[in-house]
Amino acid sequence: MTITRFSARGEVIIRDLSKSFQIDGDKLTVLKNVNLDISAGESLAIVGASGSGKTTLLRVLAGLEEPDSGGVLIDGTPVHGLGKERAVIFQEPRLLPWLTVLGNVAFGLEVQGVSRREAEDRARHYIRLVGLTAFEAAWPRQLSGGMAQRVGIARALTIQPEILLLDEPLGALDAMTKLTMHEELTRIWTEERVTMVLVTHDLEEAIFLADRVLILPKEKSASPRVIEIDLPRPRDRSEARFVRFRQQLMAEFGLH
Amino acid sequence: MTYELIEPARRSHPKWLRRVANGQRRRNVLGKIAADYGLLFAFFALWQIASGAGWLNPSVFPPLDRVAATLWTGIASGALLDDIAISLQRAGIAFLAAVGLGIPLGLFMGQIRAIERALDPILQLFRQTSALALYPVFILLLGLGEASKVFVIFWATLFPILLATIGGVKEVDTKLVEMARSFGASRRTIFRRVILPASVPPIFVGLRLSATTALLLLIAAEMIGANKGVGFQVMNAQYNFQIPLMFAAIFLLAFLGLAANSVLMLLQRRLCRWSA
Repeated sequence: MTITRFSARGEVIIRDLSKSFQIDGDKLTVLKNVNLDISAGESLAIVGASGSGKTTLLRVLAGLEEPDSGGVLIDGTPVHGLGKERAVIFQEPRLLPWLTVLGNVAFGLEVQGVSRREAEDRARHYIRLVGLTAFEAAWPRQLSGGMAQRVGIARALTIQPEILLLDEPLGALDAMTKLTMHEELTRIWTEERVTMVLVTHDLEEAIFLADRVLILPKEKSASPRVIEIDLPRPRDRSEARFVRFRQQLMAEFGLH
Repeated sequence: MTYELIEPARRSHPKWLRRVANGQRRRNVLGKIAADYGLLFAFFALWQIASGAGWLNPSVFPPLDRVAATLWTGIASGALLDDIAISLQRAGIAFLAAVGLGIPLGLFMGQIRAIERALDPILQLFRQTSALALYPVFILLLGLGEASKVFVIFWATLFPILLATIGGVKEVDTKLVEMARSFGASRRTIFRRVILPASVPPIFVGLRLSATTALLLLIAAEMIGANKGVGFQVMNAQYNFQIPLMFAAIFLLAFLGLAANSVLMLLQRRLCRWSA
């Protein structure tokens, strides 16, 4: 089965976005007047110290949190809540233990009302894309961490979103698996031409995967900084310019 | 389904290797039986010998072959079958009623925090009140007939099922619920495809606890006010000093308990092939 994507859609415009939480009666401002344009098909990484609001920003984009003020436009349309054009990949694979790999990957489409047959047909395509065809019938408990996370990625891709939202998706994986997954995410992003928004605290991961890196400051009055990573893909971590970007990003966090 | 991952590799082994593996497996099975049931057999053997040799008073502990013979005649003549039938009917009706009420109510209560919180203290009170202590109340209300017996068993079995179901629903991983929501699943879909399957294992814990309780209460109820049933036979045989019959009825009750438990285990394994 071949799946064709028609237009390069998935443009995101964030305007004056603010979000605060009530914690024990105190108001905690997490995002204040955030403005950001993400072009269709771009890969954007969001980094920042903990408490900078990077995960909250992603959750607002996903529709899992409502902003207090300001809003998000996707392809020119204001969005409220969840939408089929966006899919989230969480830090944990969040697989349903009572479904096989195939069932889990088809799950997203099925809850959107697609028949099981069709959902599974499409799921098989993405299971192949993440290299798990031999494990279609396996239960989640039989998978390694990296494999389980790939199932989560396939599940998100199966609904063919325009925008893929990744919330520290590789944070729980070991270093070796992480490197493999970086290559794999690059390949998937190149093949699928989706807009990718990646929240991470791994600076090297951000440089390896993103066209631009957004640095969210902890100080809410400061404005976010953006660093453009104009390196050709596939990227080489040992290359001089890669190393320079890493030094530049580290310096942003006061590290050397 | 999962076998497909393992089986092809095994099939490709040469024949002789498989035969060795089979032999080994047979020996393992025997070893496992000895490890699991050896002590039980030893206990029975000791009983038989001790009773036959007179170390134990045979009129209180008759040799097991006499107990077995009595059990067999009771079943073959149909005398005990009537008792089994009425006992199963009492426990069965009560258990099914508790399942029919407890699981739906628990699923509902577990999802609505306000209802669960409001009802929790009264549930805790009822649960802590021994059903046997309430049996006289049920007799007053429902008479000495079938209704009070079934009701006391129903009462005692309802709470383990209800509380296990509520707990199961409450303990569902909120991250899985959020994942389903992120794909746009409706509340109904989330209930059907996430909350319900996640609750099955804890519900089964409640069911197995309830099945044990059902038999316990059955015997107590039958000992107090019945003229039929396996529990009645235990008491009656003792009054009449038919000690082999008494033990036959006791063993029968143990078998019923074991059977109920294995049926539930089998059902659970079928429904939860994904765990284990």
